[in-house]
Amino acid sequence: MIRESASSTGQGHDKGVLIDCDVHNALPSIEVLYPHLSDHWRDYIVERGVGNLEPNYYPAGAPLSARPGAVPPSGGPPGSDLDLLRGQLLDSWDVEYAILNCLYGVQLVHNEDWAAAMARAVNDWQVAEWLDKEPRLRASIVVPTQNPEMAAEEIERLGDHPGFVQALLLVRTEMPLGKRHYWPIYEAAERHNLVIGIHAGGSPGNPITPVGWPSHYLEDYVSLAQAFQSQLVSLVSEGVFAKFPGLRAVLIEGGFTWLPSLMWRFDKNWKGLRGEVAWVDRLPSEIIHEHVRLTIQPVDEPPNQEYLLQTMEQIGSEEMLLFSTDYPHWHFDEREDALPVELPPELERKILVENARALYGI
Amino acid sequence: MAKHVVAKTDEIPLGGRKIVEVAGRSSGVFNVGGEFFALLNYCPHEGGPLCEGVLSGLVRSRIPGEYTYVRRGEIIRCPWHQWEFDVRTGQSWFDPAKTRTRSYEAAVEPGSVLSESERELAGAGLEKGPFSVETYPVSVDEQYVVLET
Amino acid sequence: MVERVAQREARKKTKTSFIDCDIHNIVPSVDVLEPYLPARWRKHVETFGMRQHHGFASGIPYPKASPGGGSRVDAWPPSGLPPGADLDFMREQHLDVQNIEYGILNCLYPKVGELLNEELGAALARATNDWQIVEWLEKEPRLRASIVVPYENAEFSAAEIDRVADHPGFVQVVLLPRTKEPLGKRRYWKIYEAAERHGLPIGIHFAGLGGNPITSSGWPSFYIEDHTVMAQAFQSQVISLVYEGIFERFPDLRVVLMEGGFAWLPSLMWRLDKHWKRLREEVPFLKRPPSEYIRKHMWATTQPMEEPTNPKHLLQVIEHLGSDDMLMFSTDYPHWDYDNPDRAFPVRLPDALKRKIFSENARALYRFEGETRVSG
Repeated sequence: MIRESASSTGQGHDKGVLIDCDVHNALPSIEVLYPHLSDHWRDYIVERGVGNLEPNYYPAGAPLSARPGAVPPSGGPPGSDLDLLRGQLLDSWDVEYAILNCLYGVQLVHNEDWAAAMARAVNDWQVAEWLDKEPRLRASIVVPTQNPEMAAEEIERLGDHPGFVQALLLVRTEMPLGKRHYWPIYEAAERHNLVIGIHAGGSPGNPITPVGWPSHYLEDYVSLAQAFQSQLVSLVSEGVFAKFPGLRAVLIEGGFTWLPSLMWRFDKNWKGLRGEVAWVDRLPSEIIHEHVRLTIQPVDEPPNQEYLLQTMEQIGSEEMLLFSTDYPHWHFDEREDALPVELPPELERKILVENARALYGI
Repeated sequence: MAKHVVAKTDEIPLGGRKIVEVAGRSSGVFNVGGEFFALLNYCPHEGGPLCEGVLSGLVRSRIPGEYTYVRRGEIIRCPWHQWEFDVRTGQSWFDPAKTRTRSYEAAVEPGSVLSESERELAGAGLEKGPFSVETYPVSVDEQYVVLET
Repeated sequence: MVERVAQREARKKTKTSFIDCDIHNIVPSVDVLEPYLPARWRKHVETFGMRQHHGFASGIPYPKASPGGGSRVDAWPPSGLPPGADLDFMREQHLDVQNIEYGILNCLYPKVGELLNEELGAALARATNDWQIVEWLEKEPRLRASIVVPYENAEFSAAEIDRVADHPGFVQVVLLPRTKEPLGKRRYWKIYEAAERHGLPIGIHFAGLGGNPITSSGWPSFYIEDHTVMAQAFQSQVISLVYEGIFERFPDLRVVLMEGGFAWLPSLMWRLDKHWKRLREEVPFLKRPPSEYIRKHMWATTQPMEEPTNPKHLLQVIEHLGSDDMLMFSTDYPHWDYDNPDRAFPVRLPDALKRKIFSENARALYRFEGETRVSG
């Protein structure tokens, strides 16, 4: 349970109670990027009536998209107002650090050069408007996954900036994330000691489920769990962690209660099918324990705490879960529902703080 | 310890195998490079007839895209779920310490060293009825594969 | 006939008979369908082949663990027919040895639902079902079968269900999980209407390449991925069937998930419930939480058995299902990932639960004795 009181470590009041590993900053409008874009790209945007690159992952009116009070009075989208973020989250929850994942849709366009320019602009805007203004924030480098070489260049450009702890990828991509096509991204991230953050979303053109296009947003959102599972299988099967042994990946906003059953199936298959992927030299679950973390929202909780505890235990590691609120998305009503289970204090502390500290080095 | 004559050496050519019954259990006898090995014909996973599987080699790799293929003909894959076992030792590849099938000592002996009674009682092949054991005729001049249980 | 020691031991262990909810017969070649397939379509197959959603003349993009469509290496009949094509050998190696009370056949070849030419698919489906009746159902009293249908065309499928559903040997309609669109979509509804009308469950069985990339991020490289992520196809279909309101629209419809695993079902139920609560206004036709529909309308066969590192976790997962009535044992004979009924469960099951899984749940769901099929 998340305690309302200040730091439980007794180490002083400058350390918060938790590290929030999934917070969304949003652009008030495309115009905030203009100072960070060349004249050429600025005119391109205006003259073609681009409007914005807001993705449809969270329909503006849907209840899940914004918790009550998260729409800024200033009029921008939820997550676009730093003061509101402080008030609703950083201060009121006693957050030590929050990791920003900006979902502005630079990955959605097919023009790779434009995508790269927009990614650069978004990252420069993140530095100026978020990292430089609020010391509790860290952020993910937004990269144009359409072109892994260009994505690697952006990681090179910003990888040493202390505010960036992660390179952001989306869970729905053109091809499975383990494929060698994407390896330049992992090589650059590993070299800069950046985590790979794989976040819910993405719409590169493939049907959004393995069985085609569903009718409803509800199906789209729920199906993200299936996308996470096949990406995890890809990363391990393709030997990404064999090739890049220093790399770690976080699965963000996919839930976690599906993880044990996936590992069991994957392990079982590996025992017989190992020979085709011989670089997977131990049980996939061992590789996952070592290299993969998951943020907890949405907690797809069972009808009782006992089942949730059992599922967490089935994961087989206390180091894998990272606390998140997924602000401003609305997954829980009361604060204590963010982590809706009574845990032993040591495990709770790992989930709230220590696992993230170890992962991000913060 | 009992000795069981299970085959004449020329019955099992290089790379070949014979499924035999020894002491009431099915076993597979393999000729790997002229040496003979015998394994219990029972996979520790779900009980499949291990020795009837594919004899193959081992693919090893340190890095994706690299394929080192070794021990061709020395790895038996269970005909069901394809678990890999070392014919020489009975150990599984993925978990050699804890997952294995029983392996037997197999030796080549000429008929001349087997005692008269051993030659008469030596059994191999399939049981035909509840009590009789098919005896395996042994000649002093031939070479035989002998298992010890 | 000389018996192998292993077989005798197997029979000794399996004292109780059980119901095997997934056995595979296959059509070894289109020639055997000659009595049932019009000459026009035989000629078509000879001339143009059976074109599907990949580019192979006769292969597949992800080679399976073994030949024969991924069969047990020891399941090749001495007759020379491929695994699953020889009834005598199936009796000898499986039905007799395992003491099977009933076995349900799911014929996965020819892949009538994946053929680009839907009329060819319909003709082959008719021929396959007629062949199943003559060569399997009428020859072996322990066997039942699923009606194969060209499921991408609901009208053809409904017509075929109507044609043969009254034969007491057919206990189910079978589809594959990798479809052109999610199975809850309107284009498939006529299949459910027909199945419900005849009191037949819809079985969704592992296999296939239906026209979409097999993950939402395209095509993986390896067979281990193909096999592992098939579970995600099943999950996507559950999501669709529930959220499209199929079980409101067809309140007597029952669906069986075959060979997709089952340990993922509790966490999926929890996820479906959670987000339905927040977003339910998008699907106002749903009157209950998703998990209730699943418990009431869905079943899962047990193969490939889940193998948690700690076997006790399997009992937890079964409890997490929230129903003892959902699981039904299956072997998947003759495929490589076959489950041995004596060894498949890594833990000892309580007796009552074991009886349910090995017999009673299937007996309650399927009409093995040709009982009058009544809706509901």
